Amino acid sequence: MAAKTDIKYLTASKLIQHRKKYCFFKKSGIKYIDYKDPEFLKTFLNEQGKILPRRLTGTSLKYQRKLSQAIKRSRQLALLPYVTDLMK
Amino acid sequence: MLKHYETVIIFSPILGEEDVKKSVSRYIKLLTDQGATITEERNWGLKQLAYPIKGKSNGIYYITEYAAPTASVLKLETEFRRDENVIRFLTTSLDKFGIEYNDRRRAGLTGTSKKRKEPKQEVITVKEEA
Repeated sequence: MAAKTDIKYLTASKLIQHRKKYCFFKKSGIKYIDYKDPEFLKTFLNEQGKILPRRLTGTSLKYQRKLSQAIKRSRQLALLPYVTDLMK
Repeated sequence: MLKHYETVIIFSPILGEEDVKKSVSRYIKLLTDQGATITEERNWGLKQLAYPIKGKSNGIYYITEYAAPTASVLKLETEFRRDENVIRFLTTSLDKFGIEYNDRRRAGLTGTSKKRKEPKQEVITVKEEA
């Protein structure tokens, strides 16, 4: 029989407070995302060159759409790879 | 109706500087003949491609920005497809934010990430030999 104190640690503690995520573009007032700037766009990609989800970066929906558009354009122009290993 | 566009052309790396200029001026003439106004054209230079296109690993990037009637873009793109030396091209229409961004970039207020970082000021001290 597990004691009451053991059960307490099986469920995730709700006491951990996460830092508030925010939309980078809203915060810094960027209205247009340039597809010709691959170095900047790389901050929103993982190591395989995939676009990071909103739930990780905190980008708002409006700018996530524009961002993915810019990344896809950048890929077309061979400024960013479609698939890769160890991009950074 | 005039609309703002931006076109990036990637030329084959075999071309010399003169050849690039020649073919670009031909395209620009094609645009201006149809009533377009060119706001910017610049050579981005030879760059490494992220993946090979048509067996080439380098390309000469060329950027143009212009306001043109919508029908003329189609004609321009068919010309690109006929040209063997153009390995890739992309035309995007600019919204008001895009136009503003490009104006700011031309004024030197914003730019690509690499340029935005200011280079470290090196203090050169010359040691005089005694």
